[in-house]
Amino acid sequence: MNQHRSDLHALAAAYALDALDPAERDDFAAHLPHCEDCRRDVAEFEATAARLAGATAQEPPPALKQRTMAGIDGVRQLPPQVPTTGATRSLTHTLRRKAGPLALAACLAAAVSFAGLAAWQYQESQHARHQAQQAEQRLDTVSTVLAAPDARTTHGRATNGALTTVVSSDRQNKAVITATGLPAPAQGTTYQLWLDQDGTMQPAGFLHSDGTVALDGDPADATAVGLTLEPTGGSPRPTTTPLLLLPLPA
Amino acid sequence: MDTPPPAGRPGRLRLVPPHGARPVNRPVPLGDLGPPPRHALAEVMSKVAQGDQQAFSTLYDALAPTVFGIVVRVLRDRAQSEEVTQEVMIDLWRQAARYEPTAGSVTSWAATIAHRRAVDRVRSAQAATDREHAQAAREHTTAFDEVAEQVETRLESEQVRRCLRGLTELQRQAVTLAYYGGLTYREVAETLHTPLPTIKTRMRDGLIRLRDCMGVTA
Repeated sequence: MNQHRSDLHALAAAYALDALDPAERDDFAAHLPHCEDCRRDVAEFEATAARLAGATAQEPPPALKQRTMAGIDGVRQLPPQVPTTGATRSLTHTLRRKAGPLALAACLAAAVSFAGLAAWQYQESQHARHQAQQAEQRLDTVSTVLAAPDARTTHGRATNGALTTVVSSDRQNKAVITATGLPAPAQGTTYQLWLDQDGTMQPAGFLHSDGTVALDGDPADATAVGLTLEPTGGSPRPTTTPLLLLPLPA
Repeated sequence: MDTPPPAGRPGRLRLVPPHGARPVNRPVPLGDLGPPPRHALAEVMSKVAQGDQQAFSTLYDALAPTVFGIVVRVLRDRAQSEEVTQEVMIDLWRQAARYEPTAGSVTSWAATIAHRRAVDRVRSAQAATDREHAQAAREHTTAFDEVAEQVETRLESEQVRRCLRGLTELQRQAVTLAYYGGLTYREVAETLHTPLPTIKTRMRDGLIRLRDCMGVTA
């Protein structure tokens, strides 16, 4: 028992230094809400690490500030909420933001179904409920990947300026992609996702706007995730220069 | 630099680097008042949370050097570091309303996010090339040499330098290889040819000693 306890405390330091393997990091993050001592240790160790960061401070190039200030223009802020801990913190927040409208849709569906018995109303409610269910299913897939202990995260910027994050889990054999700052595609075109499998790009679904979607196909044997602009409806093979080709961790 | 692949058959493609010219190096005009004191940043943050772009500009000035500094230290590639710094700063804008003053200072929050991102970036890049163990080993050696040198001569803060000097050799190496080098504690153990449990313990008591030396409270 004692051994176990001191082990956990030793992990608090490695956690604050981001020195844990992804699986251990997730385990420790899951343990944090139940361990007040660990939370206090982590907070103090993170504050200590921040001093180590401060000791390396240097001015970034001025152009970076202009780019960043321009960058926040199109970025919607998250509403206040109790922050979660762990590796998927920011993605979870992105999801929560998505979950808001979905929950609302579900409530609306329920409300409408009680409101009356007129056939059209019933149909409407079925439709809304179906949509909400579909959306929730998608959200479930995404949450499962993000919560997977072997989830791996990679970041990349597309040539059109969009910031993307891919989280993949071999155990779930699923990958999800989050994009922010994605410009609206030109009329008649759509963003298509690809998985690079043995040098061949396999269609992996579509991305319509900022947000998170699960990729179709097996990420386990894919070496990269690609993003191209294709004619509406998609293409069997990429027909334009990729906006993004993000290598997946082996 | 990058030739677009022939239409219809992209085959194996390369990662397209971010576009845009390299920024011109100009002296940074210092603000009249310098960065606001730490406690004032929480105030600034609450304005940022309400969408105040002017406040975000203040926040940027106060935090960007710390964020950029640690990201560069871990990633070493300046172009990538600028990209990650921008991501981190935009993330702070996005998450401003989620900042909890009771959980730590704004600076600590930003540094934690920045370090995590930098380390994720290093590890995903490493994983892509990790088939060659030699490469990984070489990087560890570089990290170790650079870190050792930086710790001695290049740290801005006299207090941090002094406190690091107060650690045992193994404590100092465990903490700096992990934090500045971006290594996992397993990699640290391997690099230092030291058993894993020893590294875990040295990391912990090293951080405790640093915390006490710097008078850090959460």
